[in-house]
Amino acid sequence: MARVDRRELGAIFVGGAVGALLRVWLGTKFSSGAASWPWVTFLINVTGSVALAYFATRLQERLPQSTYRRPLLGTGFCGAYTTFSTMQVEIIKMLDRDRLGLAVGYGVASIAGGYAAIWITTAFVRRYRVIA
Amino acid sequence: MSDQFWVGVAVIGGLGAIGRFIFDGVVSQWFGRSLPFGTFVINISGSLVLGLLTGLALSGDALLLLGTAAVGSYTTFSTWMLETHRLTEDGQLGAAIANAIVSVVVGVAAAALGRVIGAHA
Repeated sequence: MARVDRRELGAIFVGGAVGALLRVWLGTKFSSGAASWPWVTFLINVTGSVALAYFATRLQERLPQSTYRRPLLGTGFCGAYTTFSTMQVEIIKMLDRDRLGLAVGYGVASIAGGYAAIWITTAFVRRYRVIA
Repeated sequence: MSDQFWVGVAVIGGLGAIGRFIFDGVVSQWFGRSLPFGTFVINISGSLVLGLLTGLALSGDALLLLGTAAVGSYTTFSTWMLETHRLTEDGQLGAAIANAIVSVVVGVAAAALGRVIGAHA
């Protein structure tokens, strides 16, 4: 890398720490059984996608460029709060129990839910400049 | 859960996010930024490692710290979806669909492979 911005890394660290704390706390508080619908991961991923679309659209397109908000809120918090790897392991555990329909349904619903969250939030932020 | 556990989650989660940022920069230097290869490589490698930890039969605090906190923060769902959406906005519909589907198919395969490796380690 050409240049390391320590404050940028610090912002990512703080955002990532808070995102991980929230995700781990939600996971320990509301655990769902193996091979059932993983509501915790699913809702974390969809709500985190809403948040990232809000921050990314607003910070990039609507507000003056800020150096540390995007790394703090986007890369750090939303990146760490949402997770991809847990979703994959949840899917292979469904496949272990021959729950193919559940596995495919969970994968498709996560993509559809995450994509819709980004799409709707982005459109909302661009349209309603005053309140967003 | 002890206070030390939550301090560990915070520190490890923060480091996972920094690891993602740095590795994304490295991969993007190799492949450019026209397609989101950085997030793809991060998510697949993280799925492999989380599968590995599952295969090693880690449990309790160890699994939460190394798996949920570290690998969970390193991989990301929201950036993957944001990049997929921005590809469709750029008119790259094929790339967007491929980014969504290939990531899950390869991610599941990577997690399964990691688990087999872990179970035999």
